[in-house]
Amino acid sequence: MTAVMQARLPAPARLRDPMLPSLYRLERLQWDTRDTFSMDLLPQNGADMPAFKPGQFNMVYVYGVGEIPISISGDPGRRDVLIHTTRAVGTVTRAMSEMKVGDTLGIRGPFGTAWPVDAVRKHDVVIIAGGIGLAPLRPAMYRILATREHFGRVVLLYGARTPGDVLYRRELKQWRSEFDLDVFVTVDRATGSWRGSVGLVTQLIGRAPFDPLNTVAMVCGPEVMMRFTTLELEKRGIDRNNIYISFERNMKCGVGLCGHCQFGSVFVCKEGPVLRYSQMQHLLSKWEI
Amino acid sequence: MRAKNGKVSTRAVIDRQDFQQLFDHLSAQGYQLVGPRLRDNAIVYDELSAVTDLPIGYVDEQEKGSYRLTKTAQPTLFGYGLGPQSWKKYLFPPVVRLWQAQRHNGGFDVIPEDHEPRLLALIGVRPCELKAIAIQDRVFMGGAYADPIYQAQREQLFIVAVNCGKAGATCFCTSMDAGPRAASGYDLALTEILEANRHIFLVDAGSEKGEAVLRTIPQRPATDLDIAAGERIIAQTAEQMGRVLDTNRIKEMLYANYEHARWDQVAARCLMCGNCTQVCPTCFCTTVEDVTDLSAATAERRRVWDTCFSLDFSYIVGGSVRASPKARYRQWMMHKLATWIDQFGSSGCVGCGRCITWCPVGIDITEEARAIRSDSEDKRFTPATGGRKHEHA
Repeated sequence: MTAVMQARLPAPARLRDPMLPSLYRLERLQWDTRDTFSMDLLPQNGADMPAFKPGQFNMVYVYGVGEIPISISGDPGRRDVLIHTTRAVGTVTRAMSEMKVGDTLGIRGPFGTAWPVDAVRKHDVVIIAGGIGLAPLRPAMYRILATREHFGRVVLLYGARTPGDVLYRRELKQWRSEFDLDVFVTVDRATGSWRGSVGLVTQLIGRAPFDPLNTVAMVCGPEVMMRFTTLELEKRGIDRNNIYISFERNMKCGVGLCGHCQFGSVFVCKEGPVLRYSQMQHLLSKWEI
Repeated sequence: MRAKNGKVSTRAVIDRQDFQQLFDHLSAQGYQLVGPRLRDNAIVYDELSAVTDLPIGYVDEQEKGSYRLTKTAQPTLFGYGLGPQSWKKYLFPPVVRLWQAQRHNGGFDVIPEDHEPRLLALIGVRPCELKAIAIQDRVFMGGAYADPIYQAQREQLFIVAVNCGKAGATCFCTSMDAGPRAASGYDLALTEILEANRHIFLVDAGSEKGEAVLRTIPQRPATDLDIAAGERIIAQTAEQMGRVLDTNRIKEMLYANYEHARWDQVAARCLMCGNCTQVCPTCFCTTVEDVTDLSAATAERRRVWDTCFSLDFSYIVGGSVRASPKARYRQWMMHKLATWIDQFGSSGCVGCGRCITWCPVGIDITEEARAIRSDSEDKRFTPATGGRKHEHA
C-alpha cells in the first residue's frame, strides 16, 4: 500500500513545503491611485526569483498580520523585479501599504493558471479590464507587446469608476499613442476635467475593432462586469471557447488543499484563476455558487 | 478472500483470548495503538494499551440528532458503530502549526516546523472509514501539490480494519459502495464472531506488513465454517442498513437542481454550525491563523479545520460569495455528492451517517437528496420505477 502510494506521488511535491514563504525585500512602494498601490519586491539575500506567467498570483504575507492572494502585475520578461498592485481595503493590504522600503514580506508562488498569450498567436486579442482587474492583465499586455508581430489587432478596453481611479495612467497614455494598439478608456462617473468616454466598459465592446471570428478575449474585473462582458462578447460573435476570465475567490493555501476558493467543480487557485468562459458559463448565470 | 492487486491473501482465525497479543506485537514494533474508547458517553478514538481499553459490550443507538450508548452483558469488542470522531484527526490534525517567524530589525526569518510522523496502528477502522481515507489520499496527495504533513503520517500507519457486524439507523454505506465489508486499504481486516461457545476473529491480511504481523500471533487457518459465519454476519449487516441514498446519476440530478425550492427549506432549519463538516471523515477544508506573541517578536501560522458553513469562508472584498444559508448548505451537499465526483473521481460521501447523527436539528442528507430528486424539475431524474430510463442523454 505504502509503496504504491509513494510511486504515484509527484516528485516535486516533496522538494519544498508549498506553505513555506520565501522572504522578499520591499524596494519601492508607489501609489497608483488614491487607494491602489504597487510594490516592487526583490528576493532577500540575492536568492533566485521564480519565473511567472501572465495571470498568475502569489500569496503575500505581512509579518504577524496575515496572507492574501495578489496577482502579479509586472513584466514576465523582467527577472530583476517582482511587482504587485493591490488596493488598500483589508487588514493585510492596509498593513502592506504602510510598509517602508527595506521591510520584509513573505511570498509563496507563483500559483495558478495563466492567460494563454503564447497559445493565441496570429489571433486578434481583446483585453477587457474593469478597475483593478487591469493589474493581472498588464503582464499579458507586456508579453504581447514584446512579441507584437505575432498577433493581429490588439485592443485594450478599460473601465474605471472615476478618472481618479484610472490605473497605470502613464502606460495607458503611452499604449494609446502606439499605431498598432487600440486603447479605449471609459469611466462610470466623470468628474470635472474628464473629456473622455463615460459609461460601462461593456458599451465599448460593440464598436471595438477586432474580427470576432479570429479573436481571443481576456477579461478581468468585478464578477458582475465579467458576466455582462462575456454576454456582449458572445453577441459580437466570439466563440465562448476563445473567451478567458480571471476569477477572484477567498484563498488560504493557493495550492488546492484548503477548499476556500471552490467555484463549482474548480478550485480557482489551482484550475484558475484564468479559466475558459465555456467551462464556467453555466455557473456565471447563477448566484452564490 | 479478495486477493487485490495480486497480493497474497491470508485467512486465519484468532481466538479472543489471544487478541491481546496483536496489541502487544504492534506495540513491540514501536506502534502507538489508537482506537475506540469510551469518553463522555461517546465512543472516541484515543490511545489504547490493552484490549480491555476497548468499549467492551457497548452498543449504540443512533438517529437524526441522537446518539445513545448502552452497556450490555455481551463481551463483544467491536459491537458498536461509529462515534463522532473519524480517523482524519490523526492524518489531518484539527490544529497544526505550519511555521514560526522571528522578527529582527526590519525583517524576519521563517522557521520551518518539523512534523515528525508517529508510527500509528489504527485499531477498528470501519470499511466506510477506509474508503474515507482513500478519498482523502486523493485530496491531499493526488494533485500537483501534496500536503506534506498528511503524506508523512500516511506512510506510518498500520491499519486494522473491522468489518461491521451491525448497521446503525443512520448508516448507508451500501449505497455508497463503502461497506459493510472492507474491500482494500487495510493491513489486517477482522470480522468479530461471537457465538454461544466461541468468540473469535476471522482475519484477512491485506498487505505484506499485515501478513508478517499475523504470522507472529497465535492463529489457525480459517475453516469453511468460520468463513461462512463471517459472511453471514456481513450479509446481515448489509440487510440492516438504516438508510438509502439513490446515487443513480446523482451528479447530473443535482446539477439540474441548483435552484430547487428544497434548498430554501433546508436552509431554514440549518443552524450553520458546521457540525456535519467536523464529523465528516472526508471534509478537508482548512483556514490559516496568523498570530503573534504580545511583543510581536515571534509570529506563527496555524492551519485549523474550517467549515464552508461560515460566512467568513467565502469572504472577498465586497462581501461573502455565499452570503445566504441556502447557498452554504447547497455548497456543502453539492460538493459532497456532485462536484467532488468531477474533482476527485468519486463521491465525497461514504455513507457513514455521522452528519445525520450529529446534526443538532436532525438534517438528513439522504432525505434532502431524495426530496430534490423526487421533485426534480428535470423529470429524467425522478426515482427509478424499473426499466432503463436513466441512461445518459
